Parts: sequence; C-alpha cells; structure tokens
Amino acid sequence: MELDSLYQEVILDHYKHPLNKGLSESYGAQVHHVNPSCGDEITLNVTATDGKISAITWDGVGCSISQASVSIASDLLLNKSFAEADAILNEFTELMQSKGTKEGNPDVLEDAVALAGVSKFPARIKCALLGWMAFKDAAVRINTTTGGE
Amino acid sequence: MSFNVAKVRQDFPIFERTIRDGKKLVYLDSGATSQKPLSVIDAESDFYKFHNAAVHRGAHQLAEEATDAFEGARSKVANFIGAHEDQIVFTKSATESLNLVAYAMGNAEPGTRFALTSKDRIVVSEMEHHANLIPWQQLAARTGAQLSWFEVTPEGRLDLSNINSVITEDTKVVALTHQSNVLGTINPLEAIVARAHEVGAVVVLDACQSVPHMPVDVTKLGVDFVAFSGHKAVGPTGVGVLWSSLLNELPPFLYGGSMIETVTMTSATWAPAPRKFEAGVPNMAQAVGLGAAIDYLTGIGMQAIHDHENKLTGYLLNKLLAVPDLKVVGPTNTQSRGGSVSFTVGDIHPHDLGQFLDSQGVAVRTGHHCAWPLTRKLGVPATTRASLYLYNDESDCDALFDAILGAQKYFA
Repeated sequence: MELDSLYQEVILDHYKHPLNKGLSESYGAQVHHVNPSCGDEITLNVTATDGKISAITWDGVGCSISQASVSIASDLLLNKSFAEADAILNEFTELMQSKGTKEGNPDVLEDAVALAGVSKFPARIKCALLGWMAFKDAAVRINTTTGGE
Repeated sequence: MSFNVAKVRQDFPIFERTIRDGKKLVYLDSGATSQKPLSVIDAESDFYKFHNAAVHRGAHQLAEEATDAFEGARSKVANFIGAHEDQIVFTKSATESLNLVAYAMGNAEPGTRFALTSKDRIVVSEMEHHANLIPWQQLAARTGAQLSWFEVTPEGRLDLSNINSVITEDTKVVALTHQSNVLGTINPLEAIVARAHEVGAVVVLDACQSVPHMPVDVTKLGVDFVAFSGHKAVGPTGVGVLWSSLLNELPPFLYGGSMIETVTMTSATWAPAPRKFEAGVPNMAQAVGLGAAIDYLTGIGMQAIHDHENKLTGYLLNKLLAVPDLKVVGPTNTQSRGGSVSFTVGDIHPHDLGQFLDSQGVAVRTGHHCAWPLTRKLGVPATTRASLYLYNDESDCDALFDAILGAQKYFA
C-alpha cells in the first residue's frame, strides 16, 4: 500500500517513543512554532556549547509525521556544528521537496530517510518540516545573540 | 424513500471518477465545499461561451443578455431565501460578505445607527468560524468597542443562560453562526434575536452551513444580515451572498465603478442598494452558476434535502458511536443538528486518521476547521470531520466506519 511508504516503521517508533521530548530548564534559545492549517504546535529548546549543538529538547502536539520528524531531528542534529546542522537541514528540505524522486542519503540523514515517503504527500510536507523549521529559527536566534559560542 | 440518492449522484460528474487506485469516492467534506452538478458547471461555462459581457454596462446585445442572466440569478437567490432582490448583494464569498458588514459599520458616520465607539459592545460566540470572528475582533480593535461572546457547553450547544449579561444595553452587533461548521449544532435564534432587538442591536447570521442544507426564510429568522457562499450550496466558487433589509442605511465598503450615482473630481454619491455594494465588474459567471445551483436544489426540494440529511446524520452518529475509543465532538443526537460530525479516535491524530481514510477513498477534513478557539475550548488540538450532503448515503457512512476500524488496526 502507498500508505506504507509514508508510515515507515521507524516513523511510528519515533512517534510512540519520541526522543528528547520534555523541555530542558535552561536553553540558548527557545522557539514556538505552529502549523496554522492543522493546529500542530511545538516548543523547541536548543543549547550550544563551544559552537556545537549540545542539547535539543522539545514538547508539542501533532500528528505522527510532525512528532516523529522532530524526534529524529533532535537526535540527528545533536553534537553537530551549526554549519553541519545547516547542511543536514538543507538536504532534508530538498528530500521533502523531491515529490518522491529522491531516497535521501542515509549517511547524512540517518533515520530521517524514513521520511522520504512524505514528499509524495504534499499536504504532509509541512508536518515533517515543522520541527526542522523550529530548529532553524532557534539556531538563527542563538547565532544572533552569541555568535554560536 | 422518495429521496433517490443514486439518481442525485448521477447529476454530479465527479462521482464518475475513482480515488487512490480505483476506489469509490466517498466524499464526506461538503462542509468545506460541495461537489457540483453538471447543470451548474454548464451554466457557468455557457455564460462564457454564449453571453459573456460586462453586466450593467455596454450598449450591445451580449451586455443585455449578461445583465439579464446576472439579475436573474439575483432573483433566484432572493426567492430561495424569502427575500426581495434589492436586498441581495453578490460578493466573492461569505467571508467577504461578513467583512463587508464589519467594514461598512466601521465606515458609518459617528452618531449613526451602525457607528461603534469604545462605549459599545460586539457579541459573537465561541463556535464561530474565523470568518465570523476575526472581522469583529478587528472592528472592535479599530473602534475600541468591547468584544464579548457566548460560551459553548461541553455538549457543543450555545450557553444562553447568561444571555442578558452577554447581550447588554450597549450591544450594537450580535454576530452568530446559524449552524456550527465543526459541531453541526444548529443555534436557536429566537431568544437571541429578541434580546438583540430589545437593546437595538443588529444580528448578523453566518448561514454558510444552513442555507445549503435546509429551508431558510430570512424574514422568519428575524435577523438583520445573512451571509452564505455559493460553493457550499452546489454552486461555483467565487460567489457569496449578503442579504439584509438594512442595506440602504449601511455605508459602502468597496468603492469604484458601478456603485456610484454621480462622481466629480472631489466627491461621489452612491447608487441604491444592492449596487452600492457591488463595486467593479462582479463574478458574473459564478453568480449565474449559483442561480443554476438554486434551481437544482429547489428542484429536489430543500425540505427533502434536509430530511434526507437529518436521517443520514442519525445513521452516521449511530455508526460512529459504535466505534471503540471514538468520541463525537458536538451533539450526539439529531435534535437541532446538521450533518457536520466531528470526532476524535483514541490517540490517533486526526491528520494520520485522515490520511488513512484517504487511502480508502474516504475524503474528510481534519484540523481545527477554521474555528481554533472552539477546538481549544473543547480541549482537543484537532478533530476529524465528516460532513454530509444530498449526494451521500448509508454506504458512505459504512465506508467511513470500516475505514476508521482499519485505521485503528493500522496505527495500533
């Protein structure tokens, strides 16, 4: 079934057992993003230490795709530099916009390649990108205030 | 049963196609927009093919025919809701109709009936669609008027226990939905209209979910403004209606061609209503299409459509209430209730549920349905909504039921 390409086992696992869910008390930047068409909401805390992302925690409500995607991102982007994170984020965004023509590079995207099927369902792309866009926003805020240090 | 759904479906070409690899289209999203019968599609197309010209202008035969068709559609709309044709304004949507009233009130001369100040109050309800909430929020912000609202009970009905303290002596407008697009609740208008008129307020009714589904006579409702859209009533997109008996007292909203009486370099006076509110070349083909839609609905009979939907809503509710972990958000009986049924299914997020239903050919709406304050009040981030119309039957409800059970297995 076409649907199975969307709801990969990895995605449902992350949805049922999300990583880094529960907001840290301290953070370098906190952002709150919503998906106004469906009401999904996410709060994301990002902390940087020595130019690397040392903690990503989050909380939110939303569909399996949005929740699994932020869970995957919060794990994948951890301990990366902002430049590395930016490259991963760009690759993920490209994958989401590929309309099913790309599979994604597992060396770079790891679990996030499981979200490749989302690109065939235009209405769900924004679900998958919610957490990533929140991260992008938080990264900008950290780098504006601290220069990434 | 005299109502023949199979015959009705034959009038709608879209039901000839299939969905997701050959599945039958189970369209349960008419609350968002209805499908169109061929007669409506043809009417819109024929206007362009044979009669296209700018209405109310031009000294030629096409302009005459176009004007006749456009004004003929206005008469049909007027007859349909028990109004006079001078009381019917064509807009591009119900959203524009509601904004028209709010903006026109904002344009009213200080001291006149419609002018609002910080001493005045605007009343809405918690179950409003954003289109009948935000224009009033913004009017309140521009004028300093206070925004108050009726609350919604856990059963999804309006709480009218405090009607006299919500609609106060200083209330100028009460803007309310006739039927909730989320809950399906049909609001009792009599007490609200009586209280509003007692304090000199006007009642603005969002009838988007009622006019397409039941007989509506604006004179019997007693309200002052009624807004609805064409596309939810088997008509085209791009045409909405505003009815009012007070159009002559209301200042214009949009200025431009057609809506004037005289113009100099420094001033202008207005044409009588409804022209005063129809600046620019209107959405002519769409209005004509709406006329055909009304012919179609009238041919079947609004009471017959309502009875069919009411019976089917009862069937759907019984089906849904039999699903384990399913909660209906809104009234669970067919008393004062239309065919929009919102629900949640255990921990399955509505988007995921909607996606699975789609894979089975079942089209529903998921999310907050442009009524975010309502879903927040009811404590659900989002719901799934099935909304019925004249072309739905029990097999559609059965397909939804089966697909929900399938989703529960899939996401278990």
